[in-house]
Amino acid sequence: MSINVVNTRILSEPFEYFEPSSVEEAASILAEYKEHGSVLAGGTDLLVRMKQKRIEPKCLVNAKRIANLKTIEQNNGVLSIGATATMLEIETNESVKENFPGLHEAIASIGSVQIRNMGTLGGNLCRASPAGDSPPPLLVLDAKVKLVDSVGSRVLPVEEFIKGPGKTAIKPGEILVEVQVPIPPRGTGMSFLKIKRAGMDLAKVNACALLALENNVVRSCCIALGSVAPTAIRVKKAEASLIGKKATDEKLLEVAQIASEEVRPYAESHRHRRSTAQYRIDVSGVLVRRTLELARERSVKRR
Amino acid sequence: MGKIVTFTINGTRKQENVEANTLLMNLIRERLNLTGTKYACGIGECGACTILMDGKPVLSCLTLAVDADGRNIVTVEGLNDEISRVLRESFLEEGAVQCGFCTPGFLVTSSYLLKEKPSPTEEEIKQYIKGNLCRCTGYVGIIRGIKKAAEKLEEQQPA
Repeated sequence: MSINVVNTRILSEPFEYFEPSSVEEAASILAEYKEHGSVLAGGTDLLVRMKQKRIEPKCLVNAKRIANLKTIEQNNGVLSIGATATMLEIETNESVKENFPGLHEAIASIGSVQIRNMGTLGGNLCRASPAGDSPPPLLVLDAKVKLVDSVGSRVLPVEEFIKGPGKTAIKPGEILVEVQVPIPPRGTGMSFLKIKRAGMDLAKVNACALLALENNVVRSCCIALGSVAPTAIRVKKAEASLIGKKATDEKLLEVAQIASEEVRPYAESHRHRRSTAQYRIDVSGVLVRRTLELARERSVKRR
Repeated sequence: MGKIVTFTINGTRKQENVEANTLLMNLIRERLNLTGTKYACGIGECGACTILMDGKPVLSCLTLAVDADGRNIVTVEGLNDEISRVLRESFLEEGAVQCGFCTPGFLVTSSYLLKEKPSPTEEEIKQYIKGNLCRCTGYVGIIRGIKKAAEKLEEQQPA
């Protein structure tokens, strides 16, 4: 009989360890180790998976000592969030609270205060969990990520960056350095909601909506859901059905129905994890309606 | 091989030679013999290994010892300010301790809470301690203990 016992008290395997002080230095180390190298940020996920022997990197590149990698700054209508900015730093950032209430709510809902003090936005995105809380708000905000390697850099929309459960577009040798979030115009309302069992649990379903109204007519609308497909997804049919229409309660209910028909919570990777597919479909509709209602209310207030 | 790390722990400066795969929790417990910091889940669910790093709560079972370099660490043994003294007293008075295993983690987290929010609401208390598990399920007593500590500290403030 084989017993699957994991010793989570130690990291049993040795690895090479680097503490680069610049992105260039980190990229040159990663260029050498390629797929055998992992970037260490908060460690709340990476070290757990190393303990569980789900990954065995030969080399860890600690990104936390890279000076400007945790800066949060606003430039030309875009908020750049450094990859190693912690969840707690983002949650308490005034610009995030003011400009992206849905991102603020999503991040404040993650894990515990310890996890948020350790975990980083870059790490959360690179983990690419289907149940992650940061992807839905970043999707509706049309955020981009900047990746750097030893020869250059590229910028990708978050939508193209996250490929599947645990899969991203990051190539061996690349490091995610910042998340660029465009600030929506005034009059835009945003909200994030999630359903979970209790406390620190992962989302059964989460949803984020961004709504711009003019005389109660919807000028633009973005809705994203998490934990209902292999990645967080935009529900584009639902979005399209609302644009140019009056955001009445009846209309939002209709949009929610369309959204619940667009979600695909069938992948093996999360079947029966935390809840069934049918539950997720039903709850998707409810969450979309509620986030839209909240976003509508905030859009009016933020004029 | 190994790496020399220099840090302050509970007010004392230390220099230690650690391997990259040594966890901070094990450095604290096994090398420095500060066994108030507990190991339980090892995966970031229970909060028993919570310490303060530069004043903020960190899970020492998910932190590399090499990451302690240059940091100021406080474990439950080093919680000696007035907030922590009143917290300990209130925990005892309100029966916030049963088996006691989770208590160090709760004390570290709640000392951070009361520094951040001197008069927390019950909801705020629950938010801050949700990363600390108590399997004697003494949460009611723990929440009472934190509330009482906040009240006592407020009374101590000169009007």
